[in-house]
This record gives sequence, C-alpha cells and structure tokens, in this order.
Amino acid sequence: MANLQAIVAEKFPEAEIVNGETLELNVPDAKWHSLATTLKNELGFDNLTALIGMDWGDLLGVVYYLTNTSTWEVVRVKVTTADRVKPMLHSITDLYAVAGIYEREVYDFYGIIFINHPDMRRLFLRNDWVGFPFRKDYDANPEVNPVRLDHEKVDDVTVSYVETAPGKIEKRKVEIFSPEQFVVNIGPQHPATHGVLRLRTAVDGETITKIDLYLGYIHRGIEKLCEGLTYPQTLHFTDRLDYLSAMINRHALCLCVEKALNLEVPRRAQVIRVMMDELMRISSHLLAIGTFCMDLGATTMLFYPLRERETILDILERTTGARMTFNYNCIGGVIADLDPNFQADVKKLLEIMPKAIKEYNKVFTGNVIAHNRMDGVGVLSEADAKDYNCTGPTGRASGWACDIRKRHPYGIYSELQFDEVVRHEGDSMARFKARISEMEQSCRILAQLVDQIPEGDICAKVPKIIKLPEGHWFQQVEACRGAFGVYIESAGGNQPLRVKFNSPGFCLAGAVDHLTRGEKIADLITIGGSLDYVVPDIDR
Amino acid sequence: MEVTTKSMPYGDWKDNEYIEGMVNELKANGVNVVVGSLDKLINWGRSNSIWPLTFATSCCGIEFISLGAARYDMARFGWEVARSSPRQADFMMVAGTIVHRMAPVVRRLYDQLAEPKYVIATGGCAISGGPFRHSYHVVKGVGEIIPVDVYCPGCPPRPEAMIYAIMQLSRKIKVERFFGGVNRQEKQQDFLKNHPLDKMAD
Repeated sequence: MANLQAIVAEKFPEAEIVNGETLELNVPDAKWHSLATTLKNELGFDNLTALIGMDWGDLLGVVYYLTNTSTWEVVRVKVTTADRVKPMLHSITDLYAVAGIYEREVYDFYGIIFINHPDMRRLFLRNDWVGFPFRKDYDANPEVNPVRLDHEKVDDVTVSYVETAPGKIEKRKVEIFSPEQFVVNIGPQHPATHGVLRLRTAVDGETITKIDLYLGYIHRGIEKLCEGLTYPQTLHFTDRLDYLSAMINRHALCLCVEKALNLEVPRRAQVIRVMMDELMRISSHLLAIGTFCMDLGATTMLFYPLRERETILDILERTTGARMTFNYNCIGGVIADLDPNFQADVKKLLEIMPKAIKEYNKVFTGNVIAHNRMDGVGVLSEADAKDYNCTGPTGRASGWACDIRKRHPYGIYSELQFDEVVRHEGDSMARFKARISEMEQSCRILAQLVDQIPEGDICAKVPKIIKLPEGHWFQQVEACRGAFGVYIESAGGNQPLRVKFNSPGFCLAGAVDHLTRGEKIADLITIGGSLDYVVPDIDR
Repeated sequence: MEVTTKSMPYGDWKDNEYIEGMVNELKANGVNVVVGSLDKLINWGRSNSIWPLTFATSCCGIEFISLGAARYDMARFGWEVARSSPRQADFMMVAGTIVHRMAPVVRRLYDQLAEPKYVIATGGCAISGGPFRHSYHVVKGVGEIIPVDVYCPGCPPRPEAMIYAIMQLSRKIKVERFFGGVNRQEKQQDFLKNHPLDKMAD
C-alpha cells in the first residue's frame, strides 16, 4: 500500500491521500480519468467493485471502490463537483465495462452527467420522472410524480455528452436501435426473466444483435428510505432485497454497523450466523438450479430441489419463525437463540443432501439435452468477469477466484475448511455445475460447525440508541449470487447519511447484453437462468 | 345459504358475514328458477377451476412457486394451471410490490385478462405498499390501480395463507350472478370509470 501511495503521490500531486480503512484518494474531476487509467493499467486495479453516488448537501459526487484482483488491495477514490444545476464528471466506461450501468444509476438518482458515457438515460425511473430522488433537496410530494397509468415512450435514441476538446462538452444523439432493426420486447411480465426485468432485444433472424436493458420495475427506493430510519430500523430491508439470500444480506449490514461501532460479536452468534448463511446458500442454489432447469423445460428438476429446500426452510422456520423474511440477525449478534432441535435437524439435512445432489446429477446434469442447451452457451471470459464485476458462482465459473469468504474473510470463515469452487469453461454449464459444487462445500462447512456451536451469549451488549461516529464504512460478504457490499456513510447521529447496497445481481444484469450478443434468442433464457439474478436485488 | 368449499366446513371460515352480505344481496332481487340454476351451474364450474396468471414481482412470488411445488401442491384444488399469458388466465395474484414504473403494466395485464376476472392482492406491499409505503416510487396498494377481490396479508404470506385466499375467492365466485352482474361486475365497471387510463400510448 505504501508503494501505491508513493506512486500516486508522485504522479498526481493534486490528489489528497488519506489512510483510512483502505487507501483513500480525493481527486479533482479533471485528473480523475488519468488517475483511473494509471490505477488500472499500471497498478493492476482492474475491477470496479462499487460506484456510489453521493450528496453531501453542498457537494455532489461519486465514491469509487477499485480492487486489484491479484493482491485484493482495495482503493477508494472520491470525486466531487460543487455544481448542483448541471453537475458533470468524467466517465470511466472506457476502462471498466461495469461503469456503464453504474453511472446510469448515479445519473438517475443524482442527476450527475457523465462526460463521454455513451448512453445517458435514466435507468430505474420513468423517462418523464421529475427530479432526482436521492438528492437531499428532492421534492417528495406525490403530486409532482403521481402514479401514471399511461405507458412511457420507449427510446430508440439516447444522448451522450462528448468532450471534443478539454473543457468543451458537446451533446450528441446516439442511436440505440436503427429503424431497420427488428426489436422484440421481452418482459417485464415474462415467466423466464425471473421477475420483472425488461429486455428490448434486437434480433437478426434468431440471432440476438443487441439488448437494451430496462430496469426499475421493482425499484422500491430502499436506499433512500434507509436515510430516514435509524440503524436497527434499516435492517429489515435487507431481507427483502435479495430474498433468497436474506440472512447473508442482513449479515452484511450488521457487520458494517458493527465495524463502525467497533463491536465484538459473541462467538456463539458468529457461529450461528455462518451456519444460517450456509443454509441460506444451499436453499438459494436449490431454487436457482430448480427454476433454471424449469426454464429449459425440465419441470421435474424444479420439484426435486424444492423438496430439499422445504427441509431447509423448516429448519430456519423453527428458529426464526419465518419461511422467507427471517429478521434474524441484529446489530451485535442474533435476535433469538437456536431451536433445541437445530443441531439434529441440520445433521439430518447433511445426510439427505449428498444423496439429493447425486439425484440431481442423475436426473439432469448428465442429460444430453441439458448438455446441448448449456455447453458453450453464454461464455464469459475471466477478463470480462472482472471487467463486468460478475462475482459469485458466475465469476468463479469463468475462472476468477473471487470468493469474498476467502479473499476478505469475515466472521469465522478464516477458520473453516472449504474449497473455493473455480471452473474455467465460463459457459452456462459451468455456472450450473459451480452451484452444485458450492452446495457440497456449504454442507462441508455445516458439518464442521454443527457440533461446535459454543455456549454463551447470542448478542453483544449494544446501546439502546445506536449512533455511528462520523465516517464511512464498506463491508462485503459473499451472498448467493456474488459479492454483496454495504456502504454506510454517517455524519454522526442515529441515522445514516447514505446507505448503498452494492448488489451482485445488478452487475450480472449489466453483462446480459455482452453475454447474449451473437447467441440465439432461445439461449437468452439459458443465459438469464444461469446468471440467476434476482430482480429486487438489481432494482433495490 | 352456507357458501363453502368441499374441503372446509362453513364454521371454519373467517369473514362469513361478508359472504352472507353478498348472499343477501343476491337474494334481494329475486331470480328466475331457470336462470338461477344456470348461474349455479356456471359458478360451480368457474369456482373449481380458477387459473392463475404467473405474475410475481418479488418475495411473494417465491412462495407462490412453493405453493405450486409438491409440498403445498395447489393442483389439489385445480389451480395449478398457471398461465403465462393473461388471455388464458382467470385471476391475477398480484404478488409483490407494485412501483410507479410497473403500474401501467399491471393495469394493462388486468385489462388483457378475459372476463370474468379476479384479483388477489398478496402480501403487505400489494395491499398497502407494506414496508415500502413511504418510498417515492411505490404504489400504496394495488387497489389504487385495479379492483381487488381478496386481500391476503403477510410478508410474504405463507403458502397456506395463499391457499386460504384463493379458496375465499372461489367462495366469492359462487355467489355471483352471470346474468345481470350482481355483486361484481357493476362495481368493477364503477372502479374502472373512476380510474381512467390517461391515454394509451403505442
């Protein structure tokens, strides 16, 4: 890190360098693009982990988290602008592909225009939405933005702000679809999009030439809602983000607040949390492979995994009282003690799972139709996985070892024995197989812990009113679909200034266009199913 | 008249007063013997094969999948024929949050359902906006944009609760009148008149 600091200080004397949780750089916008180029090309920061829009009241800006994927160093960069009427920053879409979708999100919420971004449209909200909702001075009066029942106009043309000479910005029209192209609308109500995702797909015969992504059909504004709530009140939203990794998301937010409070979580609570996370992971992967196979036409393969999923839901229900939105983790530990039969139940599950997995492989994995549909379909290279920030089973199926449990261990993961599942094919089959292998690894973790649950408190002593000091914290965990990050910025007090949920599904959705180009339209379903995005996780 | 389904005794139902109110309304106007018998026959058929539209936006949709799977098995009741096209479905289970961008789509799906059509608002979000009620982008209940027949609370409701909700719907169908539209169609038309579409684009 010292070396990195020296290089940056020498090359960019105007950058303000702070040594915090990670190395922090504050640069003026004019230097940002060249700093990003240096970071990527010379210093190996080839992954844009998070891009967070911010409104500090007087300043608007963006916080970037960049990761060096060989050393797993993280650097935080902050770029601000004082212009609130027409704020402009430089885009880094040419360096990091995932920035394309991230920057559109920031434009949608904060109205920050990114110079040289090829497509400056709203992403989540309707084209005719008034105002930028995440700004602190946003007018939330429902009369400004009533529920409109007319259909919004779809765009075939977008705008781009191009810098022709230093300081000279030109607004240009960019064509998304030309009038000659044949565009098919898929979604938002389509059984195979796994939720309300809308893809405008240009096809040439049966071959996909381009996909234009429309998000926001389940955008609930959770991050904005969090800004008006106390920290314990924000917790329940995480269960409803990616409801299939509810426990893990909540774990992330709890970890982030605990990090800010410097709170030591009792050992028993930590073990329980990890066990719950792994149960959640198995149940999520079961549903993922089930629905994926159903999309491919194998209805039987939906029912088999769901049978085991119900067993897991029973275990979770006996302890937490709920089948889906558990509300189990809390700041400092967990909210209630385990059910007395928990260990026996888990042991029973561990007996069932290996047989069940064998059965899935027998029913589906070896099937010739499955191979024909999945082999070599939607290949994502390792470099692209990093570029598009595709983490989780998707990234690991492409050969990128990106398991946060191994790279930035949290909780008690550093003490546990498990393998990181890495495959190299990068196609839909690899993603499917990676999920099956991950279930085996999760069982392995559970087997290590089931007899090792220590006695003791389930929750640390936490002040009645939780106030975070001034500062910012970023915490990542390995959710079922990839790295789930929580960013909290606090100005002191019991409410956050900004909470950002950096969800894995969002980046996966951003890669759909890249993955499907040149594939057949039927393969779109295969690719979407194998990526296994959950739409509320994308839209938040 | 005790309106119930085969699998559940009348006394076990909640909201019996509501159904009785509907029965009284049905009786109040009197009915021709032939038409009344025809109504009964038609309603018997309709109430026993209500096909849902596969429509889910969030968590409740996953519970709906569980409802279709082996454990809860909605095929026992004749509801398993989940249709992906609204034109083939009888009712719409609005499972999940409805947001501003989705609202016109929901309305269009509702308009595309063939008569007679029914709506079940499933989960806190569809009923009132639920935990997201104060958000700038969430519709405060799907009842604001389409008429709702049954509300099924929960976050998400358990599959058992969904079964109960659909059974309530099938009870409601039994006290309908095919000719004349007592209890249902008039109200539906009133609702649609009060919630007009601003304009139809594309």
